[in-house]
Amino acid sequence: MSQHETEWPLWEVFIRARGGLDHRHCGSLRAPDAEMALMNARDAYTRRGEGHSIWVVKASDIVASNPDDKGSFYDPADDKVYRHPSFYQLPDEVDHM
Amino acid sequence: MSNASSQSAEEARFQARIDAEDKIEPKDWMPEAYRRTLIRQISQHAHSEYVGMLPEGNWLTRAPTLRRKAALMAKIQDEAGHGLYLYSAAETLGASRDEMYRDLLSGKAKYSSIFNYPTLTWADIGAIGWLVDGAAITNQVPLCRCSFGPYARAMVRVCKEESFHQRQGFQIMLSLAHGEPEQKAMAQDALNRWWWPSIAMFGPPDGESKHSAQSMAWKIKRHSNDELRQRFVDMTVPQADFLGLRIPDDDLKFNADTGHYETGPIDWDDFWAVVNGEGQCNTDRLAARQKAHDEGAWVRDAATAYAAKRAARKAAERIAAE
Ligand SMILES: [Fe+2]
Ligand SMILES: [Fe+2]
Ligand SMILES: [Fe+2]
Repeated sequence: MSQHETEWPLWEVFIRARGGLDHRHCGSLRAPDAEMALMNARDAYTRRGEGHSIWVVKASDIVASNPDDKGSFYDPADDKVYRHPSFYQLPDEVDHM
Repeated sequence: MSNASSQSAEEARFQARIDAEDKIEPKDWMPEAYRRTLIRQISQHAHSEYVGMLPEGNWLTRAPTLRRKAALMAKIQDEAGHGLYLYSAAETLGASRDEMYRDLLSGKAKYSSIFNYPTLTWADIGAIGWLVDGAAITNQVPLCRCSFGPYARAMVRVCKEESFHQRQGFQIMLSLAHGEPEQKAMAQDALNRWWWPSIAMFGPPDGESKHSAQSMAWKIKRHSNDELRQRFVDMTVPQADFLGLRIPDDDLKFNADTGHYETGPIDWDDFWAVVNGEGQCNTDRLAARQKAHDEGAWVRDAATAYAAKRAARKAAERIAAE
């Protein structure tokens, strides 16, 4: 048996620095379950009041896009210039828009 | 850098991204040698953070005041955190945490040889914070712009925390340097012993550093060993002057033309002897790591057992509810 198999699962840690902000990815850690992951995240990533809310997510549960299809995955947005305000020319007389 | 003819199209695209200051993320294509170089460097860096706790732990129970003790404890906890950030960054490249840790315990893995020197007096804790953390900061600040995203992000967090380390060390030196003659002598003695190993921390001179050119091309490294060493010396000599302590180098002088301090020759034979296991504390550090690992086994086992028990209970509750 390789020792690899006994490794605890990997958890990704997200922290909200203060109310009104998004949770932001700040790192990862290994822990045997979610509750201990949360406690370890508090100890490792909020030693100086860096956050007031923590999410831990099992890394194996994250579904990620593939960096190789960078082009084709996103190009449906490339030819839709009309989604940007700069596409619309306004008469000089019109303000506040 | 490999020459254009031997570079595959993929390698050329990769290098173009690096040249454009694009960051490389774990799932992006990368040359195997880039991956290997980073795993080696990041894991060695992680090991250094970990082993760096040991010389300081030596004085934790004998800190002169409760405040000093609390500050030293906080610094040591930070170093454990730095180790964690870095092991995690290495894992994004496919390195196994357990394997890295096994290599550290077996003595196979290298770590900064500065931690193989003993901490003989309380003043050494001051000298370590001031000089060793100071040198580490000088090394780590440019790493915040390293081409590999997870390493760069880990370094941003590390650097934020390091400046407290250096200040707490300098403050210890300041108190001793302004204290009784015996205290000042203690501070001078610590500086005498830590100065040369600290400036050797930047690694061999540029001409002899084997990985440098490729690492610079890949923007893993941004400055040469000698450049960083010079930066550190220029910052530190005036600080020693302020403390009223003498840098133990008869050849040290300020060159008014270049605006830089020039040091005498570094004893690289001593440096390599310590790297190769002949330092005063290599064996001690290894034994301390093994002891911590062995004595912590029951904690890891208990945590695993507790998690399994709760998972089983949850599963039983789910079945009962169905
Ligand atoms: Fe550190
Ligand atoms: Fe460090
Ligand atoms: Fe530090």
